[in-house]
Amino acid sequence: MSGINWFKYASPASFYPLAGRLVPWCGGITVILSLIGLYIGFFVAPTDFQQGEAYRIIFIHVPAAWMSMCIYVVMAGYAALGLIFNTRLSAMMATSLAPTGAMFTFLALWTGALWGKPMWGAWWVWDARLTSELILLFLYIGFMSLQASIDDPRRASRASALLALVGVVNVPIIYFSVKWWNTLHQGASIRFDAAPTMAATMLTAMLVMTLAFWAYTITVVLMRVRSEILERERHTDWVAETLEQGK
Amino acid sequence: MKPRHKRMVMIVLALVVLAVAATLVLRAFNSNLVFFFTPSDVVANKVPQQKTFRLGGLVEQGSLQRQDNGLTVHFRLTDNAQTVKVVYTGILPDLFREGRGAVTEGRMGPDGEFHAEQVLAKHDENYMPPEVAEALKKTEQDRQAAAAATGAQGK
Repeated sequence: MSGINWFKYASPASFYPLAGRLVPWCGGITVILSLIGLYIGFFVAPTDFQQGEAYRIIFIHVPAAWMSMCIYVVMAGYAALGLIFNTRLSAMMATSLAPTGAMFTFLALWTGALWGKPMWGAWWVWDARLTSELILLFLYIGFMSLQASIDDPRRASRASALLALVGVVNVPIIYFSVKWWNTLHQGASIRFDAAPTMAATMLTAMLVMTLAFWAYTITVVLMRVRSEILERERHTDWVAETLEQGK
Repeated sequence: MKPRHKRMVMIVLALVVLAVAATLVLRAFNSNLVFFFTPSDVVANKVPQQKTFRLGGLVEQGSLQRQDNGLTVHFRLTDNAQTVKVVYTGILPDLFREGRGAVTEGRMGPDGEFHAEQVLAKHDENYMPPEVAEALKKTEQDRQAAAAATGAQGK
């Protein structure tokens, strides 16, 4: 793993300053994209023919739901890298991703409930899509609590990485649930194998919001991983030096 | 093999086994994961007797009738093969319309009617401005009219 420049940033000591430099940029992109996305969503996108104005919660709900699944896959990927290569940074990235993933899962469930009451007539139903998304929230919470319950950080990372990997099977179940079973939740409007079934401006707003959520995720995860690095590497010389320089 | 390659093979193998296990379990559970039964299931007696269950389908065009008390409604649910009569007392959700999907929860009455305690509206994944929906409807009507015209000519 040595010699190639790419792996330089797999080491916490060199990733720490890089993350610090990236944070303000990603934060700025988050603000700009959110403003653009919300503007298009609320003022440019047309009213829907059957749901009226209430459908506009889609611009939060769908990107949040996508993020909840994407972050889980990325988190499990880092967990696997940590298990296989024993890289310290991978485990820290997985740890840092979990709270944001859990937040987006909760956001998707919550906005879904707010949307379900006026449209379907119920806050919550136990259909396959909603139930599997709730399981995803429990997986995130389980991942975080398992890690918090073991004192030795390396053992904690290994145990929670296994849990994260086992939970990966849930992601395709969430995605395909509306296709495999009769659900109250409607099918996907945006699919890999067909043209999207929504108006172009609506689609634009949703995609811009998704990019905004990604930028947000990268920002907060980099911030969180920086403190995680400091905490886990606090006995090393480079941390002492960095702190002395006040960076 | 280096230890990390060994670990990689182990993890990939474990994930494959897990995926297969999950697939088998889901296949076994398949019938229990169904959120609602269809009118065809009711006619074929595949639904639970004496127990509440969910019945879903399209609300048949022209089947919605309100009783004089203003709250009790009668309608028929269809899956384009079979239809089941439904009676419900309560407030219908906004999106409940004839020709659209609905999921009801309740039990079969002795009169052969489904007595619903809850009605949920199921909407589809299409989002578009009202003008586009109107235009699509018009095109469809034109197309049908044209088809009828050519059909009449052919006779």
